Amino acid sequence: MNGLYQLAVVFGVLVVALTIAAGLIWLERRLLALWQDRYGPNRVGPFGLFQVLADMIKIFTKEDWTAPFADKATFILAPAIIVVTVLLSFAVVPFAPGIVVADLDIGLLFFLGMSSLGVYSVVLAGWSSDNKYSLLGGMRAAAQMLSYEVFMGLSLMGVVVLAGSFSLTAIVEAQRNLWFVVPQFLGFLLFMIAGIAETRRLPFDLPEAESELIAGYHAEYSGMKFGMFFVGEYLGIILISSMITVLFFGGWLGPVLPGIVWFLIKVFFFIAFFILLRAALPRPRFDQLMSWGWKVMLPLTLANVLVTGALVLAFA
Amino acid sequence: MPTSVAEEYFPVVLQVLVAMAIAGGMIAASALLGHRVRNPVKDQPYECGIQPEGSPRERFSVKFYLVAMIFILLDIETVFLYPWAVVYRELRLFAFFEMLVFVVLILSGFFYIWKKGALAWSMEEKPREKQ
Repeated sequence: MNGLYQLAVVFGVLVVALTIAAGLIWLERRLLALWQDRYGPNRVGPFGLFQVLADMIKIFTKEDWTAPFADKATFILAPAIIVVTVLLSFAVVPFAPGIVVADLDIGLLFFLGMSSLGVYSVVLAGWSSDNKYSLLGGMRAAAQMLSYEVFMGLSLMGVVVLAGSFSLTAIVEAQRNLWFVVPQFLGFLLFMIAGIAETRRLPFDLPEAESELIAGYHAEYSGMKFGMFFVGEYLGIILISSMITVLFFGGWLGPVLPGIVWFLIKVFFFIAFFILLRAALPRPRFDQLMSWGWKVMLPLTLANVLVTGALVLAFA
Repeated sequence: MPTSVAEEYFPVVLQVLVAMAIAGGMIAASALLGHRVRNPVKDQPYECGIQPEGSPRERFSVKFYLVAMIFILLDIETVFLYPWAVVYRELRLFAFFEMLVFVVLILSGFFYIWKKGALAWSMEEKPREKQ
């Protein structure tokens, strides 16, 4: 009975995450269109909502072309890795009291670990494609994600100090009086920037920069294998938005409405913000991206850890 | 509440299995549903429609190798900081000064490699080599 219940929660979380990810394709195109003063998809179904279904049918029936010059096993494995690792991270996200797959004591570490594993997908995709542009995209992805991963973990140190726990449920509960975004505003900004870089979203989408690397690491992919990179990217946006909500904006906490509704409202706010960033910001040069990460973000994160420590001592 | 490690991680194992099934299902469905048309031009690496030149398997200078090394060092530092953050409220002043010393040491090393040019990626930034 207990096992069945857990299986139901697992399925529920994964199906909802995948459905929202598919819906985001439509949402992103509509919002981008809104901000760029055009219509976006509005033909298939009400408000173009069935565009998602049409796209899915189309991408599944496209030719599943495996590059004959590629390293076959790795080529097929790479898109699967990104989908699996991101889906796994959802195991520790507490959506509402009781609605969590596994409330691990080390929830935060589990999330960081899974997001590190995601690097393999992009690097292996770039390498196995046996295409110069893909390889460059893969190398860029490796350098970018490693650099931003360093302070992604460090930027959450302040939250852990304040909550005294890695358990995401405990972190949410610790925010009953005050959302952590107030004492940890710098930490929030740092984590958000690291999160955008980790999901390779604009303005940090240099691994696939279409104006210089064609499509970077997934230039040789087609059909659903190509689609899986996008499923992974959209799942990544949902995941980072959920983590921002959980760590800095009190998760499910909020008046009147049930917890899950508050959680979704906050998550969709950040998803919309990510899309706005894509509409608003140009792409930096790669050396600018690396300099920004190492020379600005990293010292700031370390300073944030020390200042948080000092303030906790002074006030607690 | 879960009582043992096995019980606590059982849902994670479930999640692994279901997530792998989903990913596998996507690849399998696309392999089964898609039609296939082959031709020799399609089977070339994509280089904007121009005949591909040379091989991507040649060696090239990876500027980011140094970054990977620095990353490992700083990631180990992060590992030390995790347990520190959890017990911080109990150890209080002791923990704070321990961490102050630690971070100052790390930062001095960090500024050293910065001045040495390990973090310079574009040619203009690189300090001129001294013979």
